[in-house]
Amino acid sequence: MIEMSEEDTTYQVPIGPIHPALKEPFMINFKLDGETIVDADPHPGMNHRGIEFMGMHRNPLKVIPLSERICGICSIVHQHMYTTAVEHAAGIEPTNRARYIRTIMCELERVHSHVLWAGVAAHEIGFDTHLHFTWKIREKVMDLLEYISGNRVNYSMWTVGGVRRDIPESMHPKIEETLTYYEELYQKLEDIFLGDPSIRLRTKNIGILTKKEALELCGVGPTVRASGVKKDVRIDQPYAAYGDLDLDYVIPSRYGYENTGDVFSKTLVRLKEVVQSIGLIRQCVDQMPDEDIDSEPKKAVLLNKLKKAEGEGIGRIEAPRGEAIHYARLKEGVEELDCWKIRASTYNNLTTYAPMFMGEQIADIPIIAACIDPCIGCMDRAEIVDVSTGKSKSYSHDELHKLSVEKTKKLLEGSL
Amino acid sequence: MPTSTVFTLIKQLLTRKATNPFPVKYTPKNMHAAAELIESGKLEINPPVEIPPDYRGKLKYDVDCCIGCKLCLKVCPSEALAFKPEEKKVKHYVARCTFCGQCANICPKSCFELTEEFLIAGTDKYADELVLNP
Repeated sequence: MIEMSEEDTTYQVPIGPIHPALKEPFMINFKLDGETIVDADPHPGMNHRGIEFMGMHRNPLKVIPLSERICGICSIVHQHMYTTAVEHAAGIEPTNRARYIRTIMCELERVHSHVLWAGVAAHEIGFDTHLHFTWKIREKVMDLLEYISGNRVNYSMWTVGGVRRDIPESMHPKIEETLTYYEELYQKLEDIFLGDPSIRLRTKNIGILTKKEALELCGVGPTVRASGVKKDVRIDQPYAAYGDLDLDYVIPSRYGYENTGDVFSKTLVRLKEVVQSIGLIRQCVDQMPDEDIDSEPKKAVLLNKLKKAEGEGIGRIEAPRGEAIHYARLKEGVEELDCWKIRASTYNNLTTYAPMFMGEQIADIPIIAACIDPCIGCMDRAEIVDVSTGKSKSYSHDELHKLSVEKTKKLLEGSL
Repeated sequence: MPTSTVFTLIKQLLTRKATNPFPVKYTPKNMHAAAELIESGKLEINPPVEIPPDYRGKLKYDVDCCIGCKLCLKVCPSEALAFKPEEKKVKHYVARCTFCGQCANICPKSCFELTEEFLIAGTDKYADELVLNP
């Protein structure tokens, strides 16, 4: 909490819980000196739903559909982490084909998440045409996910020991068609987000996170890769089929840009990861081994096995937003999960808000808040009760959005 | 000046819309009147988007082959299934179902099947068509 002294000329602006630039409940307390932000203090805990508690009263198979409902966008990520944690705890190995199918689904979701983020970022700085453009092209990958799994969101693909739906050879043409579609459109995306002068004005040198700060604050994912930190679970500790695939850290300096860690480089990293994901899916489709998709097709036997199992396990993966962890503990003779703990990537990235907001203007709040791709539904695992005093003025989302759009206009007119 | 923006705009006017105009092209002013028109055959419905193979729609439950082993109740995440002890069969509430299909996977007799039916919205969750084997 920010303390105020009597001689202080700064004032506080709480933004949230209903809500600054996000579509989810979350709160940041800003300390302002005129237009300039001098301090930012995030207050999570407004979206606590007690999912872990619910999970601890269900058997491991019932928790799989629950785990994917933690987040609407990265449902595959949570399913994957949860099943990996339970597999680890119970000593069950997924089949190799299941590993490849999991990788394909994870990468498709990364494409979906990053394209969606690009639209949100464009909306925050007042480019709604780009929002509609990116969300229109995102439909294609959602159609593909529906074609493979049967669902547009919350795919119900995972099970302990494998996956529930196969990707047979007959599906390959449709996958290839979608990948080509994105490859063809990618140049346009890059022209819009990296080439457009007005977007560059709003993103270049805004919300800077230096490499030192990124390392100190333990940020994860594209947020810190934009600052030049080589950190990616897919390479550092390969899971699923990533060990067999050819991939490298996506950092701006690989593409001839500087590792500045501003909003521009975060956009760059996310866009380049879309290309990387397309390449990874192609590799997976080519190398997929011929095997069963599930190591234990008899689910009644699996339930029995999980009841007898004792141990603890960890699922650690690179979500589109960065590294995330699930921890699960099983107790012998007890059907329900003994313990379930989730740590999503936004929890780490939240700490990087403070240096990014420092010295920026109020109108930059929406885009900086959006640049870590915050997912409060994933993150809020604890409730923090805060008693705050002092004068405050609050901005609604519409007011903030208006300020942001106005800033773009002014920049274009050259009056700023 | 014929910029690329103008070109794109003209192209967009001529291309097919990305959204499917389901059930009718423009939202009618009166939904009930429109529904009556559709029933009497005066208004045609635009077909919905083609559903993918292995779509997860409303469950089909075969009462006769069910042996009452209660395994499906063990894996149903939303507890949409209830056991009827006197009949030794299950009752399925479609309104609660999340269409994960775990019951279909675990059933030893394959009594459950995910169908392609998706027009199941309603105002009463206990309506006849929304409770299987009531």
